Amino acid sequence: MGITKSIAQLKTGEHAIIKSFKNNLLSNRLIEMGCLPGEEVSICKTAPLGCPLTITIANYELCLRLSEAEAVLVELVA
Amino acid sequence: MELPKHININIALVGNPNAGKSTLFNVLTGLNQKTGNYAGVTVDKYEGKTTYKNHSALHNFLITDLPGTYSLYAKSIDEKVACNFLIQPTQKIDVVVVVVDATNLKRSLLLATQIIDLKYKTVVALNLIDEAQKQNIKIDIENIATTLGVDVIAVDSRHKTGIVNLKEAITKAKISDSFFYDINEFKNAQNYKLLISNYSADINVESDFESKDKIYRYGLINYIVTKYVSTPKKLLLKDITTKIDAFATHKFYGYAILIFVLFLVFQFIFYVAEYPMNWIETTFLNIQDIVKTTLPKGQLNDLIVNGLIAGISGVVMFVPQIAFLFLFIGVLEDTGYMARASFIMDRLMRKFGLSGKSVIPLISATACAVPSIMATRSISNFKERLITIFILPLISCSARLPVYTLIIALLYPSSTFLGIFNIKGLVLLLLYLLGFVITLSAAFVLKMLIKSKEASFFIMELPVYRLPQPKNIGIMVFNKVKVFIKDAGKIILALSVVLWFLSSHSMDKQFAQLNAQEIVLQQTSNPKNDSAINQIATKKLELSYIGKLGHVIEPVIKPLGFDWKIGIALITSFAAREVFVGTMATIYNSDANEDTQGIKQKLQNEKEVNGKPKYTTAVCWSLLLFYAFALQCMSTVATTKRETKSWKWTIIQFIFMTALAYASSLLAYQVLS
Repeated sequence: MGITKSIAQLKTGEHAIIKSFKNNLLSNRLIEMGCLPGEEVSICKTAPLGCPLTITIANYELCLRLSEAEAVLVELVA
Repeated sequence: MELPKHININIALVGNPNAGKSTLFNVLTGLNQKTGNYAGVTVDKYEGKTTYKNHSALHNFLITDLPGTYSLYAKSIDEKVACNFLIQPTQKIDVVVVVVDATNLKRSLLLATQIIDLKYKTVVALNLIDEAQKQNIKIDIENIATTLGVDVIAVDSRHKTGIVNLKEAITKAKISDSFFYDINEFKNAQNYKLLISNYSADINVESDFESKDKIYRYGLINYIVTKYVSTPKKLLLKDITTKIDAFATHKFYGYAILIFVLFLVFQFIFYVAEYPMNWIETTFLNIQDIVKTTLPKGQLNDLIVNGLIAGISGVVMFVPQIAFLFLFIGVLEDTGYMARASFIMDRLMRKFGLSGKSVIPLISATACAVPSIMATRSISNFKERLITIFILPLISCSARLPVYTLIIALLYPSSTFLGIFNIKGLVLLLLYLLGFVITLSAAFVLKMLIKSKEASFFIMELPVYRLPQPKNIGIMVFNKVKVFIKDAGKIILALSVVLWFLSSHSMDKQFAQLNAQEIVLQQTSNPKNDSAINQIATKKLELSYIGKLGHVIEPVIKPLGFDWKIGIALITSFAAREVFVGTMATIYNSDANEDTQGIKQKLQNEKEVNGKPKYTTAVCWSLLLFYAFALQCMSTVATTKRETKSWKWTIIQFIFMTALAYASSLLAYQVLS
């Protein structure tokens, strides 16, 4: 078992599996964009001011604010 | 012989954003489109027509291009329109065409399976098939079609392939026998349409049903995708995108590129658009001359020349700026750069309640607020869009320049130099900066005041870079211009006729005599008569309804240091701010066609009753600030009304800006005098 953390805590290039969401309203939005538990994610890039950031998921690049990334809990892939 | 049958088919076109839905719509219908409204919302409704003839009949397709959505659970006002259109249809839908992205089938199929469950006759258009092929993504279309129970047609809307197949499939579209919702869990509800209509009513309701439904669907979709789609690990197109993004979102180059792009936009709508605008102006002046001399003199002549033609000219004048701005926006959105600009600007703009997408409108507002307000369309969050629209007219636009120039020249008659700086240039710069500061402050205040039900998310796809499609952009520019002329144009035309009436009519008996005198003088085209004609024009304006209005509002504007003469100019400026200069010329009986020097002289010599100069520093600053902040532009008012679809916000904006202008002028005048 890996350590659970939020997407916001991932380092660029680290791969992780989505476990759960802290916010229901947000999770509904994320799920329909293909960002659902079991999917592999990695940080793609961070905006120059530190927020928003983009993640690579399900074959595309998704942009999130830091606050939104904090609500997505993931587990690191070894 | 059998007569050819005519069959009408009403088609709803749905799909994820960035799936190429609008491109497909444009390929299918071309310029055969019309824009309308959905009841009660600001979302534009696009409908188009096309025909298709096969061996059995001639088919008339009426296609509605619905706003992009990721599922039938709406998260924004645009998405709600699309969802309601399908779930609670108010018009007939024969076939739904779901546009899915072949490079991202998993995500696209969520919406597709929901549509299929609504039991519409459905066709899946597998778009961007060329990109999928380039990326070496292999899709077993036949088996997917069998699993979904509807036709799946590979299309490439950019290169117009597969379109005939799609049209043929539409004529044979069928309702699927399959279900993609959990019938065991919801066994009491056999009808998905009924089921979802209970849950999708409010865009912000968290519902258990929603996530259960989606996760169940994804389970089935995963099965389909694993079985019938093979995706290689390394993707070619993404590689190019990554390389471009290394610059476009870089902490230094990213902003440098953005500033360059904004600079280009600014140049085009500020300077390049001036050429077609001058051309339009001269053309209309010529038309006015021709009509004026050919039609018999009198009221009707005056109405047509100075009311109608002047009004139409005022509408058409905006077309170059609107066209240029949307040309740029089209390219920026089509290529995918717009998403990057938002990405690097979001944090900064969000502090003021704006969106990363507010940057382009803010910069283009320095040329003109009208196209900028129209450009806020791309801001999907309603609150952020409303704030952007609200504050845009506070930015000093090009129409204020002639007013600024005249008044600054009065303020500092001799070109005083402060060291190496020209004081006039400095004052002008100060006014522009003040405009920006007030704009951002107002945005900040509005952010606190406006409550929004819509959650502000910044969850958006960063699409791969693609080449812009000229046809797509061309159709968009055409539609924007059409909508402006049709909707905002009516209001502008009506208001300009009203202004014409008020400035050329009077209850005063003397007015009719002046009219008669004027006609006599005009008929004898003697250059010596010019000054006499000018004098008559001055008298007429004073006696007209607007002249009376100037007197009526004098008590109100007195504290600002304005008299009834300025009052008249303030009212006529509502046609457009630069009219101030022309009106002042008429009031002060100077030739309007002369350069501003003549008017400047007259204003400088204007004395108060006590013999002191009228245009003191205090009065000049008061005027400058008033013009900087007041919403004296009927075209902006008309555009705000058109874009917010609300008189409430239009009126609030007008009152707010007038109050701001009044307060700052009052402060300036009282402090300086």
